[in-house]
Amino acid sequence: MIVLAAVFNLNHPAHVVEWHFIQLSVANLIVIALMFVVFVLAVALPFPGARARAMARRTGGEPE
Amino acid sequence: MNAFQAPKRTWTGRVREAAVEALPPEKLLPDGQPTYVASWIYIFGVASIAALIVIIGSGTILALKGPAWWHDTGIGHFFNSVHLWAVELFFFAMVVHLWGKYWMAAWRGGRTRVWITGAVTFLVAVPTALTGYVSQQNFDAQWIATQAKDGLNSVGVGAFFNVTNFGQMYSYHVFLLPLAVVGLVAAHVLLVRRHGVVPPFELDRPALATRPPQAGGPPPAAPNGKPPPATPGVGS
Repeated sequence: MIVLAAVFNLNHPAHVVEWHFIQLSVANLIVIALMFVVFVLAVALPFPGARARAMARRTGGEPE
Repeated sequence: MNAFQAPKRTWTGRVREAAVEALPPEKLLPDGQPTYVASWIYIFGVASIAALIVIIGSGTILALKGPAWWHDTGIGHFFNSVHLWAVELFFFAMVVHLWGKYWMAAWRGGRTRVWITGAVTFLVAVPTALTGYVSQQNFDAQWIATQAKDGLNSVGVGAFFNVTNFGQMYSYHVFLLPLAVVGLVAAHVLLVRRHGVVPPFELDRPALATRPPQAGGPPPAAPNGKPPPATPGVGS
């Protein structure tokens, strides 16, 4: 906790981003951005073993 | 009445038959899934359920011990933090899963109720979290409650959903809304079991259904537009 406190100074009001009537804290924006990044990775990255299973199914063999 | 007489039709019997017909054991607990289920998007669905279990477990302990414990003791702080971060993970994983299923058009093939139960779970989870924030018994809760009441009053629900009424919010948070979330998640999982996971677009296009199956190729969609039956591919 002390180490984290040294990295992030939380002793101030939250930083916010305003755009017309939309007001979001920077912390929430970071979480939303992270969700986008994780979503793209979840779609793009192959699932471990998926290719071997699909191949095994096509050839009728057992996946390695 | 003798032992060989035909059994009477009872409501319990009818319910049992309807349940087994809707969800036979091989559908309820399958030992394989189609290969397209091997996707990270489903990991986030399972992660949502895992986070929900931690939320319910930590929340039960917090409810049993009370505000003085979760504010003033080290172990109380720990369970308070576990509860908060499990909620953060629950929403994070649920949103990624929801986005993935939206772009897969997961309501195809008669799966409207699967999609609806998932989306409504997200909508019901939002007030569940809000009632938790206003039930903390600290200045943060007071600040959130006084901010939220203006928004809720502006849409006319403040008379029966009063965020400054701690007793009402706490009842919503520890009983009514968690019951709704758990019920919706259970219905969602059972509906997924019943209808199967939505196939990729390539397997669901009518044009492919008319093409003769190729050796080793994907199974074509059925002529009635329904998805192909789930065939074992991914061991569970």
